[in-house]
Amino acid sequence: MMKLWFKSGKPWIWLNAAAVSTCLIMVVGLLGLITVRGVGHFWPAQVGQYSYEADNGKQEIIFGEKVDATVTSLAAAKSAGYKMAENEDALIQYQLKTGNRDVTGADFRWIQARRVKEENYPTNMMVIERREWGNFYGQLLELKENNTVIASGEQALPIVQEKLADALIMFKTINTLEKKEIGAVNYGLERLRLEEKKLALENHLDTEAKQRIAAQKTDYDLKYKQYQTQLAELYQKIRQHTLVAKTESGASVTIPLAKVVRVYQPNAMGLFDKIGHYGVKVREFLTDEPREANTEGGIFPAIFGTVLMVLIMSVIVTPFGVVAAVYLREYAKQGFVTRLIRIAVNNLAGVPSVVYGVFGLGFFVYILGGHIDTLFFPEAAPAPVFGTPGLMWASITLALLTLPVVIVSTEEGLARIPKSIREGSLALGATKFETLWLTVLPMASPAIMTGLILAVARAAGEVAPLMLVGVVKLAPTLPLDGNFPFLHLDRKFMHLGFHIYDVGFQSPNVEAARPLVYATALLLVLVIISLNLAAIVIRNNLREKYRALEG
Amino acid sequence: MAAQESRTHAIDMNSVLRGQSKKAPPTEVCVRVEDLNLFYGQKQALHNVTMDMPKKRVTAYIGPSGCGKSTLLRCINRMNDLVDSVRIEGKILIDNENIYDKSVNVAALRRQVGMVFQKPNPFPKSIFENVAYGLRIQGVNDKRILEETVENALRGAALWDEMKDRLNDNALGMSGGQQQRLVIARAIAIEPEVLLLDEPASALDPISTLKIEELINELKEKYTIVIVTHNMQQAARVSDYTAFMYMGELIEMGTTSELFTNPRKKQTEDYITGRYG
Repeated sequence: MMKLWFKSGKPWIWLNAAAVSTCLIMVVGLLGLITVRGVGHFWPAQVGQYSYEADNGKQEIIFGEKVDATVTSLAAAKSAGYKMAENEDALIQYQLKTGNRDVTGADFRWIQARRVKEENYPTNMMVIERREWGNFYGQLLELKENNTVIASGEQALPIVQEKLADALIMFKTINTLEKKEIGAVNYGLERLRLEEKKLALENHLDTEAKQRIAAQKTDYDLKYKQYQTQLAELYQKIRQHTLVAKTESGASVTIPLAKVVRVYQPNAMGLFDKIGHYGVKVREFLTDEPREANTEGGIFPAIFGTVLMVLIMSVIVTPFGVVAAVYLREYAKQGFVTRLIRIAVNNLAGVPSVVYGVFGLGFFVYILGGHIDTLFFPEAAPAPVFGTPGLMWASITLALLTLPVVIVSTEEGLARIPKSIREGSLALGATKFETLWLTVLPMASPAIMTGLILAVARAAGEVAPLMLVGVVKLAPTLPLDGNFPFLHLDRKFMHLGFHIYDVGFQSPNVEAARPLVYATALLLVLVIISLNLAAIVIRNNLREKYRALEG
Repeated sequence: MAAQESRTHAIDMNSVLRGQSKKAPPTEVCVRVEDLNLFYGQKQALHNVTMDMPKKRVTAYIGPSGCGKSTLLRCINRMNDLVDSVRIEGKILIDNENIYDKSVNVAALRRQVGMVFQKPNPFPKSIFENVAYGLRIQGVNDKRILEETVENALRGAALWDEMKDRLNDNALGMSGGQQQRLVIARAIAIEPEVLLLDEPASALDPISTLKIEELINELKEKYTIVIVTHNMQQAARVSDYTAFMYMGELIEMGTTSELFTNPRKKQTEDYITGRYG
């Protein structure tokens, strides 16, 4: 009976089906977990007010939002040293995010459910997102302008919001002034300094050049002074307003509005308010720069860096891979040497990526970059220009890493083009090169795109080599900006993959940052998916266009 | 010795030409094969082939599979150069110039000698671009010239009326017979002198085959045509001269009517009467 069943092949079908479903469940589970964890982070949670009686009988009030709960069995709780009453069968504990790190020294706190005497959600509970010290939880007392109270109690909130809106606009202005205008001035001054030094090194620094440079310098200094006065004014204005709020222990804390990102009362919010708040938070996450050692704010520089790096890598790897594959498949004499090269290329794909990182650092950055510096940028010495990790070296290293994929799939594509097509072209008087360029390569373009898709998928998710050749945890400027030559290949950049590692494991406040890890991971997956989708759409269009002859 | 042999053969040919002079006036030789030997590695595929193909006539190669007729055909536009292990001895003269001479530009030769393959092989481009391909390679980008040539070529291949409204459609959407005529149009667009047809109708249905045969009849007004075919009726229908090949050797060549009605060699007779092959 059993033997017959085995013979029928049904167990195999079941086994195959089971394998497929396991894979499917794993993928769905992975995406589901990071989605749920990551997406939930931005939802405004209720903030509770808990009357709590500590073990020693001390009464206190705690403000906070529940983020986690654990249930410990009686025996385990007893052995852990908790005093358990007869009628209890388990110990329930909540983790509260209490914020106010500047006051209490910690963001989180565990409480026992049985010790909570009263739990309610007053509507005047206020959350303040700050630029420093994390969230503040408390109740609004008053708003001050130049140290005089202009509003107090509940009525103060609309005025606070109003003033906060002004402060935020001022903050943005200050930021652009500092980053863009003053940044451009500094960039210009640095270029002048380098130019002067270069002329001096070449012995071309005559009085005329000196005068010109000095004139430009004065120009910049003048501009800088202007910006400085503007800034001073703005700073003075933004520091006018402060708000005073009461913490859980009843102490009042003064918070300058200049340090506040937003103020809201989650318990008073309706569903639509919450959805609106959620949208704002998601937008901030996608378009803003990180704050507080990357644990708050957005990750735009990381998204930008990842995409830019992948694009530059694609621009490098595609022509190289295609040219190499064309030579191997079309021109090289097929024999021992080509076979050896093919084996080498395939093995290159199996080299651990961190090895590429080491190679990139050792060869590209130090040797190539060092030589470029001594040859072309002697004026910058001892500061390196290309002799230090940066966007270009990272892109080139990843291009090297993904080269085998492009070569292999291009070669396969070339091999699939029917001989009859090549002969048809040659018979019309085309040379081999014309045949390749006009007919064979366009027909192989879907395969080339397939290679590129695989390369992009691999490069976008790579972290290890990037840590060595150009990625940093916080880049002060984007590698693309308004200062000539606009694309700064020598700059360091941020990357989503590294950002996940940094936020999750290197940040000073790991617990607070954990939801961001999930959100960033989700985003990384989305970025890779969209890069891939774009490439797949292009490939399918090409495939439709160059549908090969049947048979 | 070889020269003498070829001379005798040429005389032989002349008598052949004279023999059919009632139907068509004697005509000059366009392609002359002299003592051609071809080796695939160690294996010899053509043995001392010598023949003349007259201008603006249709010459058919017949013979059993593997007899070397396609190989011989592909020698005429040096398509065999693409095969790595091939070695060729002897000469092929087109207008008295040896195409295997070192100074010959192979791409230019192939413009002079067009070829149509067994299976239709249009490029995955529009119908227009397929026909214009040869011109574009020669650097012609003038839209007016291209349009004119494409129209003429398509008319020449009896395809214009069917396709004039679909010029921008992908050529792969056409039927097999249409594709094969498109390939012929593509070949005649660059106005070759000689047109080589390698079993052009073997992958087509009878109606498409008929159309191709009619087309060949029209094309011989302008081009010297060499056709390889498995189908002896087809050879009889379309060709003026027929060469019978067997085991890499040219057994017999003559006017088609003579070869089919009165073969001089026994092997030829056996083959055309269906005794082997």
